[in-house]
Amino acid sequence: MKKRHSMDNLVKGIIYLSSIVTVGVLLWILIYVVSNGIGEISWDFISQTQMGEGEEGILPYIVSTLYVILITIIIATPIGIFSAIYLVEYAKPGKVVRVIRFATESLAGIPSIVFGLYGLIFFVTFLNFGWSILSGSLTLSMMVLPTIVRTTEESLKAVPNTFREGSLGLGASKLRTIRKVILPSAIPGILTGVILSIGRIVGETAAIYLTLGTVKWMPKGLMDGGRTLAVHLYYLAKEGISFEKAYATATILILIVLVINFIANKLASRLNKAKQ
Amino acid sequence: MEATELNNEYESRPNMSKSKWTEIWEKIVEIIFFLSACMAIVSIAIITFFIFIKGVPAIAEIGLFDFIFKTDWYPEAEILGIGAMIVASIYATLGSIIIGVPIGLLTAVFIAELAPDWMIKIIKPAVELLAGIPSVVYGFFGLVIIVPIIDRTFGGGGNGLLAAIIILSFMILPTIINISVTALKAVPREYKEGSLAMGASHIQTIFKVMIPAAKSGIFAAIILGIGRAIGETMAVILVAGNSIQIPFSILDRVRPMTAHIALEMSYAAPGLHENSLFATGVILFIFIMILNIVLNFITSKVGE
Repeated sequence: MKKRHSMDNLVKGIIYLSSIVTVGVLLWILIYVVSNGIGEISWDFISQTQMGEGEEGILPYIVSTLYVILITIIIATPIGIFSAIYLVEYAKPGKVVRVIRFATESLAGIPSIVFGLYGLIFFVTFLNFGWSILSGSLTLSMMVLPTIVRTTEESLKAVPNTFREGSLGLGASKLRTIRKVILPSAIPGILTGVILSIGRIVGETAAIYLTLGTVKWMPKGLMDGGRTLAVHLYYLAKEGISFEKAYATATILILIVLVINFIANKLASRLNKAKQ
Repeated sequence: MEATELNNEYESRPNMSKSKWTEIWEKIVEIIFFLSACMAIVSIAIITFFIFIKGVPAIAEIGLFDFIFKTDWYPEAEILGIGAMIVASIYATLGSIIIGVPIGLLTAVFIAELAPDWMIKIIKPAVELLAGIPSVVYGFFGLVIIVPIIDRTFGGGGNGLLAAIIILSFMILPTIINISVTALKAVPREYKEGSLAMGASHIQTIFKVMIPAAKSGIFAAIILGIGRAIGETMAVILVAGNSIQIPFSILDRVRPMTAHIALEMSYAAPGLHENSLFATGVILFIFIMILNIVLNFITSKVGE
């Protein structure tokens, strides 16, 4: 009996240790990067293209990042939402749905470098969009599609059936029911999907590096190339150009991720409250 | 079911003047929804098509055997073997699984079974943040922290297989943890209660009853972790050293397939050299598809 007890305690100790490692890794990354980077961040650093002698600001990269986020979300959100509506509200279980599910899952599992290769031959070369915001956004919208489909699906499923029955019983058509009753209750879930997708776009490097290019200037339109913050960090680190600037850029990326996670959590807790 | 019947009843009412137009409109919108749902299939199909159409002829020209088993890479002489890259990918992935799975699974056990509420409130957001940190930030962290530590401890510069394994095992933690927690929580209460009632301790119950009952979910977590590790690119480039060689020591510099594609793509001349990178993409794609099929098999078995 005593032996079992000490064995249990040993295992418990290992479990605690693993959990400490998990949280420790996060804290280590956050504290180390942010403490080295926060001092390097100044208003000039984020609001200028050029700051003084040979020092560059990151404004063009912020603009490129925002541009790619905007276009990707505009393309992917409607397709993702429509797709989820079909799967939850229209589709009858069977082969078609299974194939769509399998395709969505597979899309989520494809490595970003493969998306990059595909974007490079299809959008950049074959459709001749060049290295541009458009090529990058089209490629990324395929990458984030599964996230939006999945979160929208979950929030549609969470809408109680009585809502549907009530609306249809009052004589509203199916489409009207979806538009006026189901979608409004599903909005927090859909927004969560969009927010998570924005997080993925901000952090993406491999796919965007092959489709948006790496030029340093400010993008003026859809057909211009650019460089996102994440790609910029990759450059700074890979070429060893400036570790101070790399810490600062990494800190900004981490701050963006913190904000995104905070918003996603707030939305999720509102969704859970609505469910109860 | 009931909802559909009600809907049909409404649609078949003949006396409504607008009903015909509404019906047509509803049908059009349904078709739009259906086409959107097919976008995932279309995407997979064209990705596969374009990667293969560029890659497969290159494999045919080089020869499948030479391409995947030869370890010589001299693009100028058109000697293109990616054996070393395949081995590097496999080693890095296996290593990260060996480190990441136990830590992730035990953390999942902690979250699902042992942690008090206030601790869950700390550890769950921590796991979410780990999942949200961009891969290039992991790579940068590896470059400025892990690589120097390895260099100081073992010498040899620090960038190599071990650094890649450590960074990848950090990166797969959230995947392993989240899916394992879901799997552990899905184990029926009766299993746990039965085992406790028989006199087993909580720890014994977890390891002898709950983990075996959740094994297909945990297996799915591992498969997804493998997928994430084998597909990671930028983080790996920054820490792996990128030399083309079969590693004989864990400190050797390696170049996994993903790193190989990204590094060579920036200067490859159009022609066989560039196409061979798409061919590397084909091999990577096949690896991932096999993982997807295994995963699909596991999850559909769970559904039954």
